[in-house]
Amino acid sequence: MKCNGSAASAGRIASAICLLALLLPILAIASDRVPKPVIIIDKPGKCVEDIDTMRREHPDMLRHQRDQTMREGIRTRAHSLKECVACHASTKTGSVLGEKGFCQSCHDYASVKIDCFACHASKPKLASGAAP
Amino acid sequence: MSADTNEALSRRGFLAISAATLGGVMLAPGIRLIEIAAARAPEQAASRQVRWGLLIDTNKCAPGCDDCVKACATENGIKATGHPRTDPQWIRKVELKDMRSGRTHSAPVMCQHCEHPPCVDVCPTGASFKRADGIVLVDRHICIGCRYCIMACPYKARSIVFEEVTGQNPDVPRGKGCVEGCTLCVHRVDRDRQPACVEACTKAGHNAMIFGDLNDPKSEIAQRVAKYASTQIRADLRLNPGVRYQGL
Repeated sequence: MKCNGSAASAGRIASAICLLALLLPILAIASDRVPKPVIIIDKPGKCVEDIDTMRREHPDMLRHQRDQTMREGIRTRAHSLKECVACHASTKTGSVLGEKGFCQSCHDYASVKIDCFACHASKPKLASGAAP
Repeated sequence: MSADTNEALSRRGFLAISAATLGGVMLAPGIRLIEIAAARAPEQAASRQVRWGLLIDTNKCAPGCDDCVKACATENGIKATGHPRTDPQWIRKVELKDMRSGRTHSAPVMCQHCEHPPCVDVCPTGASFKRADGIVLVDRHICIGCRYCIMACPYKARSIVFEEVTGQNPDVPRGKGCVEGCTLCVHRVDRDRQPACVEACTKAGHNAMIFGDLNDPKSEIAQRVAKYASTQIRADLRLNPGVRYQGL
């Protein structure tokens, strides 16, 4: 009897812990401790690959394209950083950086530093005659 | 395969061949209606058959004129930081005077795009490299800023960026801590355009600079090099620069 009772209570505690563990991430999100990335896509239309591929593989695509462009002079547009920026720059700030910028918002959330824009332009090319 | 497809194919083939022939018809010696295979498609790699070069006529280059330097700075987003001694220089005007005769020259000097570039020899990471078509570049992704290339270059063509750069031209990424030099406006060359300095010089009517393929006997630069005396700076080093000077 006694033995059974302790087993049952242990089971209850275990399931409560399991439930809490499952609920924790939901609670954390509900309490807004971690700001979610803001993905604003101003330009409608399809990206060069599907969303899952882009999310998973965009660093490799960019790295591959960069070496081809830099070393061999292959300047196709599909996977080039310049085209990413041209399409994804915010219409408000004109940039992919900034708190709600397309690149920075996600990278801040994932805590991944982007070095690209120390050298590369984070804004698309201005129309000729426009002030920088 | 049916007779129909065969016929369609052969007709298409015939059309393609006749279009190519028509396009290639010489209107006059050296001038073609369509330059066959001159333009490189974006997905095509730079060719080993091509050797890009510059020919600078110092007789036409006016002392004090810096149109090419200004055009280079605008195109490549090089702005004065307020520290002129350490500002990057991709191209500079050099004034020369022969002390015996008193004859003066003025010429722009930039990366000479050597066939055997010492900057590539000394680079410890492989960041400094020569492209198949002879353009010498720095791969900033792997440049560690050690500046060996700056010391190795006999033309003082390379600079290091000391300060943060903002507002870059999307075609010309530049940033602090990397070595850089004239790229022969590779982003323009890849799109069949002339380097900014050459364009500015021609536009201003000086016509002191010609850009083209030294390997193509039909190009203006190759014809001029074959016809008139031109020199390479420090030819004794036998680096075979792609930039040549007339009248030095």
